[in-house]
Amino acid sequence: MDTIIKIDHVSKEFKQKDTDVHALKDISLEIHTGEIYGIIGMSGAGKSTLVRCLNLLERPTSGSVEVNGQVLQKLSEKELRAARKDIGMIFQHFNLLMQRSVIDNVCFPMELNGIKKAEARKKAMDYLKIVGLEEKANAYPAQLSGGQKQRVAIARVLATDPKILLCDEATSALDPQTTKSILQLIREINRDYGITVVIITHEMAVVQEICTHVAIIDHGNLVEHGTVEEIFHSPKSREAKKLIYEGYQKVTEMKGKRCVRITFTNQSSFEPVIGNMVLECKMPVNILYANTRDIGGAANGEMVLQLPDAPEMGDRMVAYLKRVGLTVEELSDYVG
Amino acid sequence: MWDKTVIMMILRGIGETLYMTLGATVFGYVLGLPLGVLLTVTDENGIRPNRMVYKVLDFVTNILRSIPFLILLILVIPVTRLIVGKTYGPTATIVPLTIAAAPFIGRMVESSLKEVDRGVIEAAQSMGAGTWEMISKVLLTEARTSLIVNATIAIGTVLGYSAMAGTVGGGGLGDIAIQYGYYRYQADIMIVTVVLLIILVQIFQGIGMVLAKKLDHRRVN
Repeated sequence: MDTIIKIDHVSKEFKQKDTDVHALKDISLEIHTGEIYGIIGMSGAGKSTLVRCLNLLERPTSGSVEVNGQVLQKLSEKELRAARKDIGMIFQHFNLLMQRSVIDNVCFPMELNGIKKAEARKKAMDYLKIVGLEEKANAYPAQLSGGQKQRVAIARVLATDPKILLCDEATSALDPQTTKSILQLIREINRDYGITVVIITHEMAVVQEICTHVAIIDHGNLVEHGTVEEIFHSPKSREAKKLIYEGYQKVTEMKGKRCVRITFTNQSSFEPVIGNMVLECKMPVNILYANTRDIGGAANGEMVLQLPDAPEMGDRMVAYLKRVGLTVEELSDYVG
Repeated sequence: MWDKTVIMMILRGIGETLYMTLGATVFGYVLGLPLGVLLTVTDENGIRPNRMVYKVLDFVTNILRSIPFLILLILVIPVTRLIVGKTYGPTATIVPLTIAAAPFIGRMVESSLKEVDRGVIEAAQSMGAGTWEMISKVLLTEARTSLIVNATIAIGTVLGYSAMAGTVGGGGLGDIAIQYGYYRYQADIMIVTVVLLIILVQIFQGIGMVLAKKLDHRRVN
């Protein structure tokens, strides 16, 4: 697959009165055509700054951003405006024009592109159909719910016929049900129009729901990146573990005892693994947490086990789990 | 004393006041609207930051805003004579009124435009909007309710100034109030002119508010 976005040693500093804030520190990342790439981090980690560097709403202090084969910083003002038309963006607070009706909002980018009014309105209706809001064409944004506003924003993005869609916390202001439906819509757009999607979020659930790849940003550093499955099964960095384990705080209270986290995919979950292990080792284990998560459309199970205190027994159990093909991680060094 | 001549005089006063107020407000916007737009876009957080331009405009605006209107009226007499050819009467008064109104209007336009949500501006930028498109299609349109409300305030203020200009022979209702009420102790005529001024302000205020509300789509209903 070809690279559509190439972030090369990008840093960003904000000069403030007494201190310089390093929002991004030497970040390099490649995103390929057709991917749904999640960029996750706590608030203030620099992820919103990073996504704004992808269309130069924010100019990096150093490093280069290459999109569609063009280094954005080298473009003239006019060329940059043209390049931005290939990069759609949706926002946490929707950012619709409040004094324009829904259909006029969708027409707005087409007006900028000099498309005739009649044609623009016709196309706008088509885009509104795609997002399921054609009957709201003449309403004003103030009359819509949050989810509907984001749908209008998505229709507006489609009107520029972009190659890339940037989502800046696009579901953070929405309830879980609406979040799911918006993510579903983004997935359809990715699939049907081949639009590469970059999703900025602080919620692991969003990444698990639709992303193919993920990058974890912490204090301006890129700490880990890879496919969502890789990171889910074996998170390496402390920050990745923190994000993956955020569901089970109880583990942190079990400090001092040996806990492991095992993950399995569809194939291995048919076998009664834990039962067999207990039978073989003749020693019970405590199940602290168990869950199935939907990752990229495939069911992935995870389980946190508290192993017996005797070290040799624990080792034996870990060895057994590894032998049957499960991913096993020690949680003992994990402090929440 | 309420004979035909007095009534005619008051009617003419209303006409002159309206002429001065609306004339000066229109010219005030011709100068003040671009001034406000420039102050907004060249500000360091604006869409086209330009420190030099902003500083100069900001300074000039502040200077003009600091001069009391009555003094400005006298200060700009040479300019008035140059433009209109005379220094008294309603047409001549439009010149100092405009000079006083423009920086005031500029500041109000600036504050209206700066209220436009940064996110919306960012969204338009991300769609590739240029500076001019941003001004015409985003800033001025999104801020229109606030612009209309402020235009109403501007008209009221200019109306007040025009009455002040009456004291130095500017014409209009203010002139009548001073001439009859102050110099000739005819309190009744003065009261009538004051009431008429109040009614005029009320009418403009009413029209402005109705218009602003009608054109505001941010509220449901």
